[in-house]
Amino acid sequence: METNQVEYVQRFTFFPRFLHFLVIISFLTLAVTGMALKFASQQWAEIVAEMIGTFETLGTLHRFMAVVTFTYFGLNFILMYQNYKKSGGSLKEFLFGPNSLVPMPIDAIELIQTFKWFFGLGPQPRYGRWTYWEKFDYMAVFWGVAVIGGTGLCLWFPEQFTLVIPGYWINIATIIHSDEALLASGFIFTIHFFNTHLRPEKFPMDPVIFTGVMPLDELKHERPREYEQLVAEGKLDSIKCESPPKWVLINAHLFGITALLIGLALVISIIYSMVFLYM
Amino acid sequence: MIRADLRQIALGGSLIILLFLMLAPVRVLALTDADCMDCHSEEGMVAEKDGVEYSIYVDEQEFLKSLHAENGCVSCHQDAEVEGDEHPFPLNRVDCANCHDDVGVINANSLHGKALKNNDPYAPYCSDCHGKHDILSHRNRKSRTFIMNIPFTCGRCHREGTAMTKTHDIQKHNVLENYSMSIHGEGLLRKGLTVTAVCSSCHTSHNVLPHTDPNSTISRQNVVKTCMKCHANIEDAHTKIIRGELWEKEPHKVPACVECHGPHKARRVLYEDSLNDKFCLRCHENPELKKIMANGEEKSLYVDINDFEHSIHKEKRIACVKCHVNVEFNHEDPTKPMCEVKEESPVDCSICHAAVVKLFEESTHGKLVAKNDPNAPTCMTCHGTHGIRERKDSGSPIFARNVPDLCAQCHREGEKAAKRYTGSQHEIIQHYKMSIHGKGLSESGLMVSATCTNCHTAHSMLPSADPKSSIHRDNVQETCGNCHLGIAEKFNKSIHSAAINKTDKKLPACNDCHSSHTIRRVDQASFRSLILAECGTCHEHETESYFDTYHGKASLLSGGEKTAKCSDCHGSHDILPAYYTGSKLHRNNVIETCRPCHPGSNRKFTGYLTHATHHDRDKYPYLFYTFWAMTGLLVGTFAFFGMHTLFWIPRSFRERFKRRREHSRKKLFE
Repeated sequence: METNQVEYVQRFTFFPRFLHFLVIISFLTLAVTGMALKFASQQWAEIVAEMIGTFETLGTLHRFMAVVTFTYFGLNFILMYQNYKKSGGSLKEFLFGPNSLVPMPIDAIELIQTFKWFFGLGPQPRYGRWTYWEKFDYMAVFWGVAVIGGTGLCLWFPEQFTLVIPGYWINIATIIHSDEALLASGFIFTIHFFNTHLRPEKFPMDPVIFTGVMPLDELKHERPREYEQLVAEGKLDSIKCESPPKWVLINAHLFGITALLIGLALVISIIYSMVFLYM
Repeated sequence: MIRADLRQIALGGSLIILLFLMLAPVRVLALTDADCMDCHSEEGMVAEKDGVEYSIYVDEQEFLKSLHAENGCVSCHQDAEVEGDEHPFPLNRVDCANCHDDVGVINANSLHGKALKNNDPYAPYCSDCHGKHDILSHRNRKSRTFIMNIPFTCGRCHREGTAMTKTHDIQKHNVLENYSMSIHGEGLLRKGLTVTAVCSSCHTSHNVLPHTDPNSTISRQNVVKTCMKCHANIEDAHTKIIRGELWEKEPHKVPACVECHGPHKARRVLYEDSLNDKFCLRCHENPELKKIMANGEEKSLYVDINDFEHSIHKEKRIACVKCHVNVEFNHEDPTKPMCEVKEESPVDCSICHAAVVKLFEESTHGKLVAKNDPNAPTCMTCHGTHGIRERKDSGSPIFARNVPDLCAQCHREGEKAAKRYTGSQHEIIQHYKMSIHGKGLSESGLMVSATCTNCHTAHSMLPSADPKSSIHRDNVQETCGNCHLGIAEKFNKSIHSAAINKTDKKLPACNDCHSSHTIRRVDQASFRSLILAECGTCHEHETESYFDTYHGKASLLSGGEKTAKCSDCHGSHDILPAYYTGSKLHRNNVIETCRPCHPGSNRKFTGYLTHATHHDRDKYPYLFYTFWAMTGLLVGTFAFFGMHTLFWIPRSFRERFKRRREHSRKKLFE
């Protein structure tokens, strides 16, 4: 009965949630299949390959998920365009307004304030719709897809690429692809997981990316600047909604926690392997 | 009167007569042949004694042609030299030994002479063979002792069915018939050869002795010498069959000529009588036949004739005694055969298989035999005893398909040879049977598949450390090349061949890559995965860097055998460094080398560094700096966000406690 009294607000529409779902599926698959090859000498990699099939199955899955990645990368631009249209303002207002994902000076200020807060030298910053680490996550995907995707294509079609580029560039592409992927998966499976899901406030996870809604209380506490802005603009009532059905919550948790566990298992395997390989 | 004149001349001491005496050791006779011929020249002249008529006619013409024509009648018929016309009748039997004393002694000791002494009515006198008044030189074609006539001369008594053969127990039968069919007889009678052997060539003319007499020319000890009078070089010609030096050193080990070449039937016929197989089997086909050994153990002497019937030795008509040479047959009583084993010693196969046994003696097996090692395998261990079969016979233990099981009897894990073995090869038989050679033999039914003996040889097996061994590093290639000739030729042109590569470093032998007992199909996953380890034993650095690339990494995962292995790019047996025009990696060939996997292979594509490592700044600076730039980015990002997270965690907890405290305080106040 009590849950019914909790007020919810809509944070994500279906489209961005769907894109994030694609990201989860493709990123996890890419990471698992890719890391199994990168750390092929490790036993866990052999087990993974054995479970999935052969190294060729790994490759096929990896390439398929690469296509998914390029797809969500493209769809994201449609999402951006939709948001731009919805915002009703100019392009400049859309890019540099309070709801933009573009890093801005306020993010630098909030970063400093956050560190002060960590050390007890000030209050927690009054974050807006997007915190600076959320913006970093988002921008990192742009960078990551471009770098990993570009070099990945080189590795996928070396015979065609070498009609233009020298053969040893394929070696360079391999290093960039592999290390950038290591960075991306390492970052997502530790930093992103902690910042978004595993920190005590959210533990074990924040289901908002799956349900699309969050309690109004949470909005007030965590994103006061956005809340105030919504109140000021009188938009708060328009995004208020029902609490999500229980089955949605359960499935969101099941899926989310599974993805988290896979990611964590992989990052532990990677760290173990790297320690083992470089010792 | 005449006599007185002669005496006067003789006593006169004429030099001429003295000379004559010296030249012809005959006594000067008083009686002339003419005197004798006065009476004896009359044809049909007979003398009678006790109612029996004797012809006393002497054909003067024949006598004058004879060897003794010059000697005069009374030189032999000494008792005819009497005064007056009549000499005693009958005259004594002429004793040829009066002149031929040396021959006389020999003959007296011979079978014939002894029979004479025993008053054997069939015993031959000199005259029976040589004639009486018509004695001719044995060179004379008309002589009874001329080589062409000897079989007939002897045959007068020894022909089957004569009174002599009927009354005497002679081992050999049909002697003359057999002789005439033999190679010797054929030579004499059909080919007209005067150099062939006749009776007297072997039995001698006067010293005829039974073969049981050690002094006989046909005794077992002497028969070889006898044959070698003509077959002087038989030792050399027979070395393939009989080890030469045995003839002199250990003649008892060698079967006598006649044991293979029947004495009167010298041809492909065996010693049919006396020590033939039937004779041996009279006792040895009894399953109960046993012998109590010196240590009290019972040893069965039973010979399964069915075994022998199908053996190669039976086919080649090798008689029991040819192998069991230390068995001697006692002829004393033919109805009660007796075997005498002269000394207890195993059959020596080297009697016939000299070359092979020599090889065997130098082998590990042979050396163990020499040391009297109880585990040592002898010829019989592998070949069997009486039932020895040809290698081509599928029932033979040395038939290719049966060889692995044969060797397994000792070399299978847990068996006696495997227990002694201290090398690195284990589960040899098991591994062999799973190998391509083993499967080829057992599953594909290929008789050309290598078995144990193809590599280790059948008789010269030696440990691989022995430079003479067929499996010694330096010889392995030749051994494998016996079957894989084409590969061996390719290999000889590769950088791994000592012919091309003048290096002090160890060059690989076939088994370094292919192993020895676990040889597999090269297109099988298990082999392809092995290649890397095999090449890696020498090319350590290259293998390491290979594993830094896609080919290497993928090869470690399941299905990884499909990725390019060393040999796919470098070639296998024809491997050469890239600077050789024949190399698969030579500039002119490398595009094609990549093509089987990368159909779009092009000049720039081949610039891909297949053994690249980002750890080598001098060799691959681009890779080195790219790697460190990426690592910098990685470390930087994690350093910042790692710190961010680490500081966040305590703050987060503190906030939670604070909130919880506030919450409970609120509740308290409410």
